Amino acid sequence: MGLIARRIEADGIPTLSMTSAFSITRSVNPPRAVFLDYPLGHTTGKALDASLQRDIMMASLAALHELDTPGAVKMLPFRWSDDDDWKREVMESGDARTGRSAEPVYQCEADRRLAQDASDCPTCVFL
Amino acid sequence: MGTRRAPVDHIVRTRELYSSLGHEPYRWVQNVDPPSWARPAKPLAECRIALVASGGVYRTGQVAFHHRDDLSLRIIDTRVPAAELRTSHFAYDQTDARIDPNVVFPVDTLRALARDGVIGELSRRAYTFMGGIYSARRVRETLAPEVSRRLAEDQVDLALLVPV
Repeated sequence: MGLIARRIEADGIPTLSMTSAFSITRSVNPPRAVFLDYPLGHTTGKALDASLQRDIMMASLAALHELDTPGAVKMLPFRWSDDDDWKREVMESGDARTGRSAEPVYQCEADRRLAQDASDCPTCVFL
Repeated sequence: MGTRRAPVDHIVRTRELYSSLGHEPYRWVQNVDPPSWARPAKPLAECRIALVASGGVYRTGQVAFHHRDDLSLRIIDTRVPAAELRTSHFAYDQTDARIDPNVVFPVDTLRALARDGVIGELSRRAYTFMGGIYSARRVRETLAPEVSRRLAEDQVDLALLVPV
């Protein structure tokens, strides 16, 4: 995503990247980022907590006017839990990735049927 | 308060996973040159903001993502009910994203901020893809210019990028 952020900003549109992968963001170096120290899959907050999601978004958007150096990253103050044991568990857990096939992988079978019923997908852009 | 630990180093973690699977070490892009810089020209309350997310989000009725270097985009109307949002991704635990898509695609959050006048408006079209594309060159030459061109067409003032 950092490569895309760099391109968009080079074309003249300001970007704000939200990230939970600090080292990757540092390496790819997008123009402007906020870091939320949460497990992957929660880039913008915790499930079913709209109030926290809003607080995180407000703190993120504030970075637009706080960051004034290209490549700067704002550290958000939110914590996933009182201790950080989840980080040790992430490092110790094995590979949970799915196989890499070129067939669409649907969240559920009903989705597959819905997509097949539509003869084409005008909102799908295949590059 | 319990022990504080440094952020998880996902570069190290990916490298370890790949070598344990017998693959060549994955090389993350390193951009040492500073990025371009465009300042927001308007106050937030007047900005049209576009949501761009790479958590593999699609809407019911759309073709899902496949898990081998999928470069394709989905255009999602941001008036979508969250109940019609789905995820398909090869790499992260989607349990919470499937309970509440707003953790990787904050559409309800942004709609509420627009309603309250904090942001000007949420752009009608959100763009999603899956990420995890092995070739940085293909992202740079194909996906990035396509997303950028569409955001310019949509006349957005700010792009909010939400990777996973």
